[in-house]
Amino acid sequence: MTLEILGISVLWTFLFGYILIGAIDFGAGFFNAYSTLTGRQHILTNIIQRYLSPVWEVTNVFLVFFFVGIIGFFPKTAFYYGTTLLIPVSIGIILLAIRGSYYAFETYGARGHKGYSFMYGLAGILIPASLSIVLTISEGGFIDMVNGNPVLDYWKLFTSPLTWAIVVLSIAATLYISAVFLTWYANKARDKEATNMIRKYALIWALPTIITAGGIIVELRNHNPEHYSNIQNFWPMFLISFLMFIGTLWLIWKRRNYGLAFLLLVGQFAFAFFGYGASHYPYLLYPYLTIYDSFTNPAMAISLIVVFIMGLGLLIPSLYLLMRLFLFDKDYVRGKGDYHA
Amino acid sequence: MGNEEAVFFSRILTETTLSFHIIYATIGVGVPLMIMIAQWVGIKKNDDHYILLARRWARGFIITVAVGVVTGTAIGLQLSLLWPNFMELAGNVIALPLFMETFAFFFEAIFLGIYLYTWDRFENQKKHFLLLIPVAIGASFSAVFITIVNAFMNAPRGFDIVNGEFVNVNPLLAMFNPAMPTKVAHVVATSYMTAAFVLAAIAAFRLLKGSNHEYHKKALYLTMKVGLVFAIVSAIIGDFSGKYLAEYQPEKLAAAEWHLETSENAPLIMYGILKDGEVKYAIKIPYALSFLAHGSFTQEVAGLDQFPEDEVPPLYIHYLFDIMVSIGIWMTLLAGVFWLGVQRGWKMVSAKWFRWLIVLGGPLSIVAIEAGWWLAEVGRQPWILRGVMRTEDAATTSGHVDSMLVLFCLLYLVLGVGSVVVLRRMFRNNPVEREIEDRDTEKGGDVL
Repeated sequence: MTLEILGISVLWTFLFGYILIGAIDFGAGFFNAYSTLTGRQHILTNIIQRYLSPVWEVTNVFLVFFFVGIIGFFPKTAFYYGTTLLIPVSIGIILLAIRGSYYAFETYGARGHKGYSFMYGLAGILIPASLSIVLTISEGGFIDMVNGNPVLDYWKLFTSPLTWAIVVLSIAATLYISAVFLTWYANKARDKEATNMIRKYALIWALPTIITAGGIIVELRNHNPEHYSNIQNFWPMFLISFLMFIGTLWLIWKRRNYGLAFLLLVGQFAFAFFGYGASHYPYLLYPYLTIYDSFTNPAMAISLIVVFIMGLGLLIPSLYLLMRLFLFDKDYVRGKGDYHA
Repeated sequence: MGNEEAVFFSRILTETTLSFHIIYATIGVGVPLMIMIAQWVGIKKNDDHYILLARRWARGFIITVAVGVVTGTAIGLQLSLLWPNFMELAGNVIALPLFMETFAFFFEAIFLGIYLYTWDRFENQKKHFLLLIPVAIGASFSAVFITIVNAFMNAPRGFDIVNGEFVNVNPLLAMFNPAMPTKVAHVVATSYMTAAFVLAAIAAFRLLKGSNHEYHKKALYLTMKVGLVFAIVSAIIGDFSGKYLAEYQPEKLAAAEWHLETSENAPLIMYGILKDGEVKYAIKIPYALSFLAHGSFTQEVAGLDQFPEDEVPPLYIHYLFDIMVSIGIWMTLLAGVFWLGVQRGWKMVSAKWFRWLIVLGGPLSIVAIEAGWWLAEVGRQPWILRGVMRTEDAATTSGHVDSMLVLFCLLYLVLGVGSVVVLRRMFRNNPVEREIEDRDTEKGGDVL
């Protein structure tokens, strides 16, 4: 394994982590806002607040880790992506800011404030949409070089079906992931009413998720034939992913073993995400940037990896403690103690 | 080039983001330490007031942390969006501390979550206190790592440039550059000092607004004492910073002190105006600049005449220096008098006017932080990476920076107002007197 592949694998794994826990987070915020609007917040709010409260800040760090890491390992990405992404990422930042701060305002400062709940629910669901644009752009065809500087062609970007397919997928997948997780969590909390309600959301959002995911692959055939043919080399991964999807859906439908259903969902997304990533190799940005020509110098690469391993030594036990106290602690999940400052 | 506009707006946007972020970041670095001290004192003295102090500070802290985190994410991404050429270059040499910062941030975020939701969950209060240590360490080390990157921008080391390519990169040498020790120490110490004075201002304000509760008096005494210690530490480090500048960035020192001509026995100029190349109406402290720069009252200090005109920062940074230093000295004196007064039982320190001065000290400390960062950043101009890359060559070529500037100004307005409104509401709806009463009745219930 070369340093380049090691670097991108670490980053891709953290991006996967962000997508997964970010989706749970943003979806939960959206369901909370939705139930507030429809006057049913008494069913969901408790469950959602109890899960979200201790972990919201951790979610954000996964994203920071990814974008700091990619500049570290692949500094040339700063030039290409930094120059072209000014508008989409700025919008993403603003949404993240609204989402993060309003969440804290509502939770700690003004419990039950409808305006804040609504705003952070809405901002949260738009974040995946705005950030997913980066993946679309990475497929190439939207950036032209003008006088040696990359320029993004907005018209082409926003009239491309690929863009919209990815946007829809990001939103549908967010709600689907979140609903499956919260079904399990609500069930663990022995909250029947909430479980039933969220289970329905999971079933509703399963279909749009799988349809758009398939649609994107078809879309790529026109947009980026090279990537499309690469994807076919990885067909077993996508097949496994699809089977896991069926498994999750079946368990949820049968109201059985929600924990396993969530694990299968993680597997489904992991296989699809890493299959997609592997078929994207070696390009970071078609056709300008590969992981090889953008890689940093060996001294920096090795120090980053050493720091990463030391960091993991610190991080894994801490995350374990966090999960043990809040995710796997029965009394906490069931709301038997309120120890908030 | 025709890129002046993008450069100009990129500078303004970065300046706006940093100026806004630094308020929350400074509080974010300093307050965990204050919470830790209060909780520790509470456990040691078995005094519930201090425990409650820690708890209430922690509650307010969450709101400032939230804004600090999101604006920190903003500046982190904006560095790449607005200064892509710089980040491409910097990524090769100074990515390591940036990467380390994410781990410090991770560590802090995880334990903050745990700390906030485990009040009274453990039998032994010390266990809960222990959870706070990683929060404080994470917060302070975030500041350390980010400041290392800033230090690198002032004194880039750890690489050679051959034909425009970076060779012989040494990430550790880049991190431990000459600017690093003084800069890091100064940022961390002033954060502690500012957080202490901001919390002192709140306590003094409560006392002025009619609550004469022991709780606020304890809070005031504790915060002023800690503030005093770090104000003195900051002053000592400031002296070392002067010596660093004289050695490695003499043009920054000369511009900040309006030291126009190279001379021995150099006086330190405070305030004044610059007219036709002459300093007027200024206070001159004899020999002080020589001492600040070299530790000797007579030694020669390089003046602005030594440097090419296009490598000298704007001279208005002198006022930023004046503001920062004046406030620093003022707060040291104020806290010193307060501490002495409490020791000796002077009536003056509990007088209304004195408390108003303490209240004023909170915002003043924030102003000093702002002035200090503007001095640091404007004082490095025209360079983004001193001696290596000019600011104008680092900026984006995108034509949309101006509209993004408008969007972000709106965002900061919303966040700034929002955080103040929420904080006020939070503490007004749950005044400390009531909380103490509630806790007492709870305890009484246990006995019965």
